[in-house]
Amino acid sequence: MPERIVVPFGPQHPVLPEPIHLDLVLEDETVVDVVPSIGYIHRGLEQLVQKREFTEYVYVAERICGICSFMHALCYSQGIEHIMGIEVPDRAKYLRTIWSECSRLHSHLLWLGLFADGMGFENLFMRSWQLRESVLDTLEDTTGGRVIQGTCKVGGVRRDIGQEKLDEMHRALDPFEEECRDLGDIFLNDDTVKYRLQGLSVISKDDAYALGAVGPTARASGVPVDHRETGYAAYGDLGFKPVVETAGDCYARCAVRVKEIYASIDLIRRAIDQIPEGALDVKVKGTPDGEYFSRVEQPRGEVVHYLRGNGTKHLARARIRTPTLANIPPLVKMLPGAQLADVPVVVLSIDPCISCTER
Amino acid sequence: MGIFQMTKTVLRNLARGPATRQYPAVPARTGPITRGHVTIDPATCRSCGLCSRRCPCVAISIDKEAKVWEIDRMRCIACGDCVEGCPFGSLTMEQAYLPPVVEHVVERYTITYVKPERPAKKPAEEGAGA
Repeated sequence: MPERIVVPFGPQHPVLPEPIHLDLVLEDETVVDVVPSIGYIHRGLEQLVQKREFTEYVYVAERICGICSFMHALCYSQGIEHIMGIEVPDRAKYLRTIWSECSRLHSHLLWLGLFADGMGFENLFMRSWQLRESVLDTLEDTTGGRVIQGTCKVGGVRRDIGQEKLDEMHRALDPFEEECRDLGDIFLNDDTVKYRLQGLSVISKDDAYALGAVGPTARASGVPVDHRETGYAAYGDLGFKPVVETAGDCYARCAVRVKEIYASIDLIRRAIDQIPEGALDVKVKGTPDGEYFSRVEQPRGEVVHYLRGNGTKHLARARIRTPTLANIPPLVKMLPGAQLADVPVVVLSIDPCISCTER
Repeated sequence: MGIFQMTKTVLRNLARGPATRQYPAVPARTGPITRGHVTIDPATCRSCGLCSRRCPCVAISIDKEAKVWEIDRMRCIACGDCVEGCPFGSLTMEQAYLPPVVEHVVERYTITYVKPERPAKKPAEEGAGA
């Protein structure tokens, strides 16, 4: 039996930009055990809820993560709206859906780029980010911010998208989808990518379910969970079907995200077609008194905001469970059996966002 | 999938030129509603203090006695809540992003707004009221 050695991986690693530390127990080049540890970038954002007014905290919630920023604000706002019994106007719901799906597009394109970079496919990395840039430009034109949109607020949205801009977005979707399909074609069909990813770090459906995997990690193993199916915001009207793969390997996790890009483009198209006219927000009166578990499907999986108000303008408690935290146990299950050189790819395949995780 | 799958992309990229821009020689792309930085018009500010109360990151402070309005650019997150809440339209969101700085400086503005004097009541009205 070969001698076991422990190799530290992260928090600073050339391939992985996220500060997660893994102690890899190796036999020769094969990983046999993993001990993860986080805690490098804790910022104490949950505590801030007691110092900021509940309407102001949206801005803090939005800054929990730089990628799924809009969806954190959306999740928080939906929680407060549920506690206070606020009914958001339909147009605001559609706008929230459009911005959520734009965020998902740019997150998935970012991830595809990072993943290609992790595989050593530099050209593909740059192509993905080139496409992502056009999504960011659209977000900047419609919200005023590239990654921090700042348009969601308790009771609705702060900004409208004019009909002219909506038409322009609709026209731009077709050429954009064509380019995305070109890009996705390489991820799904290229031999280099297939050799590198197929059969790598398989996690079975039962394991993924038992370990509480969420988002694309769970869907790649055949667990059909997608919180958008519950129909929050305007998803109920748009008729949404989750993308599910069954192989459970890195290739399947990549395929789920590529196909989710196509699904997102389709959702944006239908949302623009069906968007109703009407008010953008309702006036918020009173203070939240009560508690609620608010859940939203982010690009990485399901995020949970637990909010408890005590009848004052400051909430008593906020607890945020981000998708990466739920995906770390499946990651620990996936890694044993992989080669040391494959570890960055496997870690990237769950799309880790550690600054989200530590808040 | 052939070996020359990426050739089309390579040729297109060669013809199209760089996708990035040469920042800072070329200024960053901004749109008409880009949230760049907040500016104040000291001539219209009436020192109500709503902006400093609304600010989620305590970047704005106002001294009503000394008539001084201060903004800490390093704290400001350019959310635009102060601009939305200003009842007198003194604050505006400019589109340009501010250049990076190495020193922590708080910007101070002296409010020059002067309360207009009430027009003197006409003697006839005074007489009628009395």
